[in-house]
Amino acid sequence: MALDRWIALVILMISLVYGYTAFFTMDDGLPPFMKFNAIWPSTFPKGLSVLAILCALIILVSPGKDTDGPKVGDIDYRRLLDYKIGQAAALLGMMVLYALLLRPAGFLISTVGFLVISSMILGERKLHILIPIAMVAAGVVWYLVQGVLGIYLRPLPLFLGNGV
Amino acid sequence: MLDGILIGLSTAFSLSNLLMVIGGCLIGTFIGMLPGLGPMSIISIMIPVAISIGDPSAALILLAGVYYGAIFGGSTSSILINAPGVASTVATSFDGYPLARQGKAGKALTVAAISSFCGGSIGAVLLMIFAPALASVALLFHSAEYFALMVVGLSAIAAFAGTGQVVKALLMTVLGLIMATVGEGALFNMPRFTMGIMDLQSGFGFITLAMAMFALPEALYLVLDPSRSKTEGGSSEIKDLRITKAEAKSIAPVIGRQSIQGFLIGVLPGAGATIASFLGYAVERNIAPKEEQDQFGKGSVKGLAAPESANNAACTGSFVPLLTLGIPGSGTTAILLGALIALNVSPGPRLMVDEPQIFWAVIISMYVGNLILLILNLPLIPYIAKVLAVPRNYLIPFIFFFTLMGAYIGQNNATELLILVGLGVCATLLRFADYPLAPLLIGFILGSMLEDNFSRSMQIYDGFGFLLERPMTIGLLGFAVLLVLLPAYRARRARLRQAGVADGD
Repeated sequence: MALDRWIALVILMISLVYGYTAFFTMDDGLPPFMKFNAIWPSTFPKGLSVLAILCALIILVSPGKDTDGPKVGDIDYRRLLDYKIGQAAALLGMMVLYALLLRPAGFLISTVGFLVISSMILGERKLHILIPIAMVAAGVVWYLVQGVLGIYLRPLPLFLGNGV
Repeated sequence: MLDGILIGLSTAFSLSNLLMVIGGCLIGTFIGMLPGLGPMSIISIMIPVAISIGDPSAALILLAGVYYGAIFGGSTSSILINAPGVASTVATSFDGYPLARQGKAGKALTVAAISSFCGGSIGAVLLMIFAPALASVALLFHSAEYFALMVVGLSAIAAFAGTGQVVKALLMTVLGLIMATVGEGALFNMPRFTMGIMDLQSGFGFITLAMAMFALPEALYLVLDPSRSKTEGGSSEIKDLRITKAEAKSIAPVIGRQSIQGFLIGVLPGAGATIASFLGYAVERNIAPKEEQDQFGKGSVKGLAAPESANNAACTGSFVPLLTLGIPGSGTTAILLGALIALNVSPGPRLMVDEPQIFWAVIISMYVGNLILLILNLPLIPYIAKVLAVPRNYLIPFIFFFTLMGAYIGQNNATELLILVGLGVCATLLRFADYPLAPLLIGFILGSMLEDNFSRSMQIYDGFGFLLERPMTIGLLGFAVLLVLLPAYRARRARLRQAGVADGD
C-alpha cells in the first residue's frame, strides 16, 4: 500500500474518533438551555467529520493510478534511506531539545548551543568561525525580541536570576 | 474613490511606511533568492515581526513588500543558478537560465525586473478598478451567502489542485477545518476537542501551523537532499544590465497581454501565480512567429518576459478576493489573512468602508514596492547574489532557528515549539505522499469564519431553512458541489476512454 493510502487510513481513524466525539460524547456536557438553540457546538464538527470520512474513504478505495515515480526534484520516500535521514532526525531532535531547554537554560545558551551543534551535525568543522557567528546571532535576536518587540525571553539560565 | 486614493497615498508615503516597503522588498529578495525557500516560508517567518508592529497598514505593507521581494528573488535564483525557489518561477528558468549560460545574465535580470514591474503595476491598476466594484456587490451578502461563498472558495481551491489531486486537496481542506475547531471558540464559550491538554485550550497557533506546513518541511527537504541547495553551475558574473531597443519593442506586447491574463487567473481562487506563469509561457510560445518559436527554451527574451509579467500580475490579482471578500485564494494570501485577523482587522467588503487607509495604502504600496524592486534592487543584484554563496551548513540551522523563534514569538510558550516540531514532521510526511499543504492552512484560517457564518445563519433561520429561503446561497452551494465533482467526472471519463470502454460523448 502506497504512503498516501496509509496517510488516508490514519486520517480516517482520526476523523472517526473526532466524529464519535462530536456525535456521541460532546453534547453530554451541554447546559439544558443551549439545547433549545438551532446550533450546538457539535453541529459543525458533525458535518466536518462526515466529509472527512468520505474523502478518506474515497482515497482508500479508489483504484488510483500507480504513481509513475516521483516528480523531478521531489523526494522519493520509497528510497528514503538514500537521503540524509540521520541528519534530518538529529536536527529534529535538536529542535525538541531546544524547546525543552529554552526556559531552564536561558535563551542565549540554548540558542548558541542549537546553532553550533546543528551546524556540526551538518558537517561544519570550522568552530572558530561558527561560534562567533552563533553568539552574535543569538545576541542580536535576543535584543530584537526583548528590546524591540518587547516579548520576554529569559536570557540567562534559571539559577542566575531573571535577567532583565 | 479619489478620497480613498488620497488617504492611501498619505499613509503609504509616510516615512515609516516607505521604510517598511523598502525593508520588506530587500528582506524578501534576500531570502527569496536562497534556493528552496519560497514566499510562503518567508512570509510565515516574517509574520511575528509584522504583528508586533501593531499598525495594520504598516504590517500589511511590510508583508506585501516581502511577498514581492521574494518573488523577485525567486526569479533571480531561477535565472542565475536554475534553482527556482518556488513553483511560480519554474517557467522563468526555461529561458532565463539559458540566457545566463550565454553570459547574458544581466540582460535576463533586467528583462525579468521590467516584466515583473509592469505585471505588478498593471495588476495594481486592475485591482483598483475591480476591487471596489466587487466589494460593493459583496456588501449585499448576508452570513448565509458568506458561508456559501467560503464553501465555493474552498471547493475551487480543491478543484484547481490538478488531476488525481482533487480528493486529496479536499481532505486536506477538511482537515484544516477540523483543526480550526480545536480549542475554545468565541461562539460557544466551551473548549472543544482539546483532549484535556491545557496548551490546546486556545487552539492551534496560526503562525505555528504556517511554519509547520511550509518553512519546516522546506528546510527538512534541504537537509534530506543536499542537491536541492546546489549553488554551483551558474555564472556569478553579472554585468551589462542594459537591453536593446529592439528587445524592448518585442517584449512590450507580451508584457501587456500576460499582465492582464495573469491578473485574471490570479483572481480565481486556487489558480494563482504558478498556473498563470505556465499558461503565459505556453500562450506566448504558441502565438509567436515560427522563427521566434524555436528560440523559446534557448534563451528567448519573450519567453522570459511572459511568465515573469504573468506571475507578478497574478500575485496582485490574488489580493482581490482577499481584500474584497476576505477569502484567500492561495497559501500566501491565506497567511496574510491570518496576520490581518491577528491585528484585529477583518478583511471583507466592509474593509473599504471602515478602514479605507488600509485598503488603499496596500494598493499604493504595491506600486511603490514594484518601483523599488526596479530601481533599487536591480542595481544591487550583483551584490545580493553573493547570498547564494552562503554555505548550507550555516543556512539550514538558521532557518530552523527562525521557525522556532517565530512559533515562540507567536504564542509565547515553549510547548508551542514541541507542537511545531510534531506538526512539521506530519507535514513533511504529507508532502512525501503528495498531499497539497496549502488547502490545509486555508481551511484552518477560514474555519472559524466559516463556522461563525454558518452558526449565525442557523440561528437567524432557526435551522437549515436558510438553504431554501435564500436562493443565492443554494445556488452558490450547488456551484461548489459542481466544482468538486466536475474534475472527478472528467477524470473518470478519461480513464474509461483510455480503457476503451467509452468513446467520445
